[in-house]
Amino acid sequence: MPELMQFLLSGATVGAVYALVALGFTIIYNASDIVNFAQGEFVMLGGMITVFAHMAGLPLPLAALLAIVVTAAIGVALNKLAIEPARGAPVVSLIIITIGASIFIRGAAQLVFDKQLHRFPAFSGDDPIAVLGATILPQSLWVIAGALAVFIGLWLFFTKTLTGLAVLATSNNRLAAQLVGINTSWVMTLSFALSAGIGALAGVLVTPITLTRYDVGIALALKGFAAAMLGGMGSPHGALVGGILLGLLEALTAGYISSQYKDAAAFIVILAVLFAMPQGIFGAKRTERV
Amino acid sequence: MMAKLTTTTTLAALLAFGLSGTALADIKIGATLSATGPAAFLGDPEAKTLEMLVKDLNAKGGINGEKVDLVSYDDGGDPNKARTFATRLVEDDEVVAIIGGTTTGTSMTIIPVAEDAEVPFISLAGAIEIIDPVRPFAFKTPHTDKMACAKIFENMKTRGFTRIGMISGSDGFGDSMRKQCLAIVGDYGIEVAADERYGPQDADMTPQLTNIKGTDGIQAVLNPGFGQGPAIVTRNYHQLAIDLPLYQSHGVASKGFIDLAGKDAAEGVRLPGTALLVGDLLPEGDPQKPVVDAYKAEFEKETGTPVSTFGGYAHDAFAILVDAIKRAGSDDPQAIRDAIEKTSGLVGTTGTVTMSPEDHLGLDLTAFRMLEIKDGGWTLVE
Repeated sequence: MPELMQFLLSGATVGAVYALVALGFTIIYNASDIVNFAQGEFVMLGGMITVFAHMAGLPLPLAALLAIVVTAAIGVALNKLAIEPARGAPVVSLIIITIGASIFIRGAAQLVFDKQLHRFPAFSGDDPIAVLGATILPQSLWVIAGALAVFIGLWLFFTKTLTGLAVLATSNNRLAAQLVGINTSWVMTLSFALSAGIGALAGVLVTPITLTRYDVGIALALKGFAAAMLGGMGSPHGALVGGILLGLLEALTAGYISSQYKDAAAFIVILAVLFAMPQGIFGAKRTERV
Repeated sequence: MMAKLTTTTTLAALLAFGLSGTALADIKIGATLSATGPAAFLGDPEAKTLEMLVKDLNAKGGINGEKVDLVSYDDGGDPNKARTFATRLVEDDEVVAIIGGTTTGTSMTIIPVAEDAEVPFISLAGAIEIIDPVRPFAFKTPHTDKMACAKIFENMKTRGFTRIGMISGSDGFGDSMRKQCLAIVGDYGIEVAADERYGPQDADMTPQLTNIKGTDGIQAVLNPGFGQGPAIVTRNYHQLAIDLPLYQSHGVASKGFIDLAGKDAAEGVRLPGTALLVGDLLPEGDPQKPVVDAYKAEFEKETGTPVSTFGGYAHDAFAILVDAIKRAGSDDPQAIRDAIEKTSGLVGTTGTVTMSPEDHLGLDLTAFRMLEIKDGGWTLVE
């Protein structure tokens, strides 16, 4: 079955891209209940800054590091300049602020960089690796490994570290968190820095496959968001499983049913899952006290 | 009282005279282009080209001794804005002609405005709907998708291919070209045995290509598409080691495509392109060579970015317009329109333009060159 194998490898590649983007949503969401719609722009910035730093003569690893650091700083700036001043506002308003920020970042990227598509070389060359009659590119393995590494990192962060628990506490009840001595404003800053950094790392890893341009963030964020919803918003398990599942769904539909309807098929399955499990596959059941 | 009145009248007369004086000295040309927004990669080189050409023309003394004044707006690819700007151009700026409409969407909203105001309009967008049916004041410079399909199928036919696979983008460009190609493919004795699609932002097309690879008797594959899709298709094609000729569309005819797809993956890919891409490959004596070389050298010196086919569309529109105004000998929109329609043998970057009352495009298939990518560069097939 070399066809099936190829569909699965394709699904895993695309799914890992979605999972990496979805993982970026989790930290900010866990700290503040905000779905950060500028997450796709962080991914774009990771790719674009690496491209331009690399073109300016920096070696690729250094360019990638620079991209992650700069994007994390932009994440912090977003929190300090836009989210923090509106702290008292309801979550919906904050989400709308992130949509505004995403439009702003896209516009600025058009001016600072350019409007062309870009790519930088894959980390380990472009020679496909044969697996059971099908092939996969080495860069796909990097993306899959990256998604797994970020997942493990986040899982450890939220369950084993005091800081991670502080993030969860802040999201649960900001006032109570403050009362037990958590610096909630620092937690917010940290969560934006980490989310932006993870987004940028995703951008660095996926750009050799997806290519990048100032506006790639919209589509990536949409798919990443869908993956995160499918898996359960805020859960690192959910982001990973949701992403891979979405990728496999698309690849198998394109392979066996019709490539024209693959996006539709994927979204129908998501709707069906959310209908049965409104919190997503791994989403925590929440009870709101009225 | 009397004296005061005279002064006022004289002043008013002077003012009116002075104003109309400047209006006479300048030929006002309008443009609404998508220099930002999703079509920015088309509109940006177009806007830069027009700016550069106007500056140049004025430095050389303008048209028949009159300077050209360019009023240019950025519609961001939004058809509604394009319509507003077109209205502003004809009503407030009182231009004698409009260049623009970077995309088919913006062009189609500008057409009624230009038709009502009876101002000639030269579109830079691809779709055949702009000039078919012919409208008195609407013209365009780029080839149609149908011509690209015809050029590709002609080439396939000479190589003896009768069964092909298609993988098309589901964006506007890919969708429109797919339809045009399917409509005429039968005329060339070619059968489309596999017809796959992909989304414009997809990251991997190996499932679709695996299916094409698995279809019996396919001799070549055609990929109508635009943006990153074709680059990813080409990379996946190489990844799956599909051993059939791959044809791309004129939508990706740029050096950027080879860089994005990678030298190895792009090897042997064929596509129809304009002379502008391969200026240095054209034989001496090719009528397009001097035009193409001059535009390329100037644009690259002025902007520091490589020329694109799209900037070439704006170059040709401006050349057609300047030529028409010269021949008309006036800046009356109606006279300019009549002169544009009589354009004959005008050599542009896209081809040699000869218009008629029935043909407001004026290009034929010879304007496309069939190109093949070899060692990361272009070669001419014919």
